[in-house]
Amino acid sequence: MSKPEFVYTTYIETTTEKLWHALMSGDFTERYWFGHRVASDWKPGSAYRFTKQGETTIEGNVLGIDPPKRLVYTWNPCSPETKGERVSRVTFDLEPRGKVIKLTVTHDNLDPAGVTLRNISGGWPMVLASLKSLLETGHALKLDPPTRADEENIHAQA
Amino acid sequence: MDEVFKALADASRRSLLDRLHAQNGQTLNDLCDGLAMTRQAVTKHLAILEAANLVTTFKHGREKLHYLNLVPIHQIGERWIKKFERGKLTALSELKRQLEKRDE
Repeated sequence: MSKPEFVYTTYIETTTEKLWHALMSGDFTERYWFGHRVASDWKPGSAYRFTKQGETTIEGNVLGIDPPKRLVYTWNPCSPETKGERVSRVTFDLEPRGKVIKLTVTHDNLDPAGVTLRNISGGWPMVLASLKSLLETGHALKLDPPTRADEENIHAQA
Repeated sequence: MDEVFKALADASRRSLLDRLHAQNGQTLNDLCDGLAMTRQAVTKHLAILEAANLVTTFKHGREKLHYLNLVPIHQIGERWIKKFERGKLTALSELKRQLEKRDE
């Protein structure tokens, strides 16, 4: 594994089964992932796809699946501005820790010069905070995806 | 959430977060480099940041890498900042940044 560009962790008061289902069910992702629905048969090597209003937004292939502990897939944002970038990889690890589940999201193999690297740095914390809220309270956070202005603001402060 | 505020209430720890924001995924040695803190102090501050879930560690071969984890900060923001206020706040922080930059 290359050195990951991002590693995010959140602790969620839920069960591994519920969290596992929330990562792979379109009905769930639509509620916490900026309205994007995921679909796949989730077999090793299978394609998966996020769609919003009929448009494919992110697609990739399942690289590894070990329910309910680990899910690995390639990450290819379907946007003209990311065309030609190398395809990155996302790994979800679920570990029970007493009454909570530790969820770690590792994103690696990102194109150092690409816009995906910049775009996702603001996206994952929002998605994970919203997922935590949905599973713990039944309500997702009302989120807008990070705008270009937000991203530039974040990076300007670096 | 108390842990997050306590962890943030220290300039040295905030400077470690700034360093990770500038360059994510650093080892303890990387983080100590150029700092006026002892290695023991950095280790102690990192442990507090990790306990507050502001820093996540990742084993990469024999190295332990430290990553900035913004999820708890995002939760704090969502608790008090309503969706419709975000645009205004972004504009205000941008104004502050621009004005203060001119003074430098």
